[in-house]
Amino acid sequence: MENAKFRTLEYVFWACLLLPFVVTPAYLSLASQIAVTSLFALSLDLILGYAGIVSLGHAAFFGVGAYTAGLIAKHYWTEPLSGLLIAGLCSGIVGYALSHIVVRFRHLALIMLTMGFGLLLAEAANSASDLTGGADGLQGFHVPGVLGFKFDMFGRAAYAYALAVLFVSFLVARRVIHSPFGLALRGIRENAVRMPAIGAPSLAHLRKAYTIAAVMAGIAGAVLTHTTSTVSLETLSFGRSADVLVILILGGAGRLYGGIVGAIIYMVARDQFSGVNPQYWYFWIGLLLVAVVMFLPNGILGGLSALRKKPQ
Amino acid sequence: MLSARNLNKSFGSLVVAQDVALDLPKGARYALIGPNGAGKTTLINLLTGMLAADSGTILLDGSDITDLKPHQRVRRGLARTFQINALFPRLTALESVTLAVLEREGHAHNWWRGLAAHRQAIDEAAGILNSLNIPDRETAELAYGQQRLLEIALALATRPRVLLLDEPAAGVPKDESAALFSAIESLSGELTILFIEHDMNVVFRFASRIIVMVSGRILVEGTPDAIGRDPRVREVYLGGHARAA
Amino acid sequence: MFASLAGVLFDGFAYGMLLFLLSVGLSVTLGMMNFVNLAHCSFAMVGAYATFSLAARHGWPFLATLPMAFVAAAVISIILERTLYRRLYRSSDLDQCLFTIGIVFISIAVYAWFYTTEQQSVQVPEWLKGAQHVGGTTFANYRIFLIVIGLAITAALVLLVERTRFGAQVRAAVDNQRMARGLGIDVDRAFMFTFALGGGLAGLGGALSIQMVGLDPTFALAYLVYVLIVVAVGGLGSIGGSFAAAVVLGISDMAGKYYFPWLGAFLIYLVMVALLMWRPLGLFGKR
Repeated sequence: MENAKFRTLEYVFWACLLLPFVVTPAYLSLASQIAVTSLFALSLDLILGYAGIVSLGHAAFFGVGAYTAGLIAKHYWTEPLSGLLIAGLCSGIVGYALSHIVVRFRHLALIMLTMGFGLLLAEAANSASDLTGGADGLQGFHVPGVLGFKFDMFGRAAYAYALAVLFVSFLVARRVIHSPFGLALRGIRENAVRMPAIGAPSLAHLRKAYTIAAVMAGIAGAVLTHTTSTVSLETLSFGRSADVLVILILGGAGRLYGGIVGAIIYMVARDQFSGVNPQYWYFWIGLLLVAVVMFLPNGILGGLSALRKKPQ
Repeated sequence: MLSARNLNKSFGSLVVAQDVALDLPKGARYALIGPNGAGKTTLINLLTGMLAADSGTILLDGSDITDLKPHQRVRRGLARTFQINALFPRLTALESVTLAVLEREGHAHNWWRGLAAHRQAIDEAAGILNSLNIPDRETAELAYGQQRLLEIALALATRPRVLLLDEPAAGVPKDESAALFSAIESLSGELTILFIEHDMNVVFRFASRIIVMVSGRILVEGTPDAIGRDPRVREVYLGGHARAA
Repeated sequence: MFASLAGVLFDGFAYGMLLFLLSVGLSVTLGMMNFVNLAHCSFAMVGAYATFSLAARHGWPFLATLPMAFVAAAVISIILERTLYRRLYRSSDLDQCLFTIGIVFISIAVYAWFYTTEQQSVQVPEWLKGAQHVGGTTFANYRIFLIVIGLAITAALVLLVERTRFGAQVRAAVDNQRMARGLGIDVDRAFMFTFALGGGLAGLGGALSIQMVGLDPTFALAYLVYVLIVVAVGGLGSIGGSFAAAVVLGISDMAGKYYFPWLGAFLIYLVMVALLMWRPLGLFGKR
């Protein structure tokens, strides 16, 4: 059985995530964005990397969480932790509802349905501008801070908040993956036909995984709202769903850390390249995608672990 | 133990099962034979629920399981193996069998406790693997004969009362099939087994009764001797052989 | 009331013809080789920019550029298929999606480099501008033109598939590739020609759409969603399915924009989701 204990390399990795505080303090807001996106990618990994559900509409849950947190902060109270939990609950409910439909499909129909639901939700949010602010986004509120730490323009408290939420969620994801349920998910991914033949209620398992992933995505969206005090339609967009898919594949799906690694590389690169000229960004990311598929089918982490196995 | 009545299934104008009836008493060792395309695997799919019958009933130990979903039938004690390995390539043999045990016990939905804490399930799985001499490696790295044994191990882990084996020795090289056969031979006498086979040596060695199926219908059923002498069976295999190919 | 309904149906049908031209190639090649080519809309762009280049920069008359749009897109798709795509036929759906999206991104950057990111347009002949007015409804000439071309090509495709030997080979390969090879059909060659034909049609569709929706480098992504909807709803490998789905979606989109403008694209997505849930393999899908 896989050993669920933390390895030295993991301690080092998480310690490195503290570096931005000291080494690049000017980039702390980018670091917060990366932490949020990492969590979002991690939530996608649960359903894509471990259960095999290809979703092109995962941003739906990110957006639901983001808007829920924004609406609470705007109309009720600005304490973020409770907002976080409620946002996760709401996106979880939406995820649970959709899961009854989504888990019954495979292949192209699945991809199109998840994309369709995402698009529907985005359009609905666009139209319900009284509630969501429409194309202008949700504004006019400010989340001052969390647990007494202020969200200021230096971004230290914001990054600490995002990183802490990422870490706690990561621990939960880790537990799930090393649990019997995690094994069942991998079983579904490896051979969906065999699972019922060993008595597994596959659809129930998939619904549960989808719901957990939706909660996690919603929490990521809420953190974004809290740290930026604004919500835009982009959080629900197809672009965000596609981006997170690319990020996860880039880092390596089904390897727990793939989402974080992919997010760091993708977003740092985008920050550096798109400043120059947006077209160049499209070119390089396209080339990267082509290269990853041809040479690194298991993402960067997959490539690294293949390198380690070679000398044997 | 397992019986079926009036099972019918067609795909448009293609009839794959016509008025099929079956009775497996407890502890039976029945063989299901017939030319390619006779509908043998289809019958197993119907019995296990992977394919929904157009009409008919299926009873397991007296209870009607016709409307139960496949995984529910497994929970009641009806397990099968696949003609072409349906394994979990990137899971190890131990992980695969443990998963089956956990599903049986109803622990697979547990997402909080670590896998390592389910010692009982892991030990039971290890025991099954040991009894079949399957090493604990990643499934994709096992020899083909060992993979076929893993197929059976997975089914056994569900503690079935009835076991349907779909060509268990298919594709297994001669030197590995001895292990396979001794494993099948050592299966509990309490277990009711129906197996599909093409190799007549295996059939005559293991089966107490033979069912012959042709074009979706049961042609005849009887003891190995009676079947061996039945002229209709000879015609189906020798006369009809060119047509079936 | 009736006049506006007729107008919506007419406009929707014309839009559907455009979607059909853009999508039919993808549907058939997906059905034949199970290769998810999301860069299909890039072929549309090849045709569109070919037309733009010839018409706006070299003074060709609009109609003359159309066959060139077809040819340019067909040639590019063959080159792409022979060099890059054949390596990926055994890859997973996801890998194929990602690879071809990468191609789309690269193509967007390339077009932006050569043609800038500005909206482009072309001059169409006088007789294509203007409209016919019948019974209170306006029938734009260009849309009549679109419908005529769309129907003509549909008829040609059906004849090709049902009456020619090539068409029979394509149908066999879509139905059961292994069996087709076993019967001695050169599936790879049939696929190459089908791919070229599909790409060419997309190019033609792209060229024709400039007048209706404009042209800029992000066209490939913007229309990808609609094309995928047509293909998924119509069913893989089905010309009739693509036609039906394109028409349904075209009309739904127009009806939505006309009768429920506050819904935006909501209606088209709702129709897709509902249709897919009812028929996950598409309206005419076999697999």
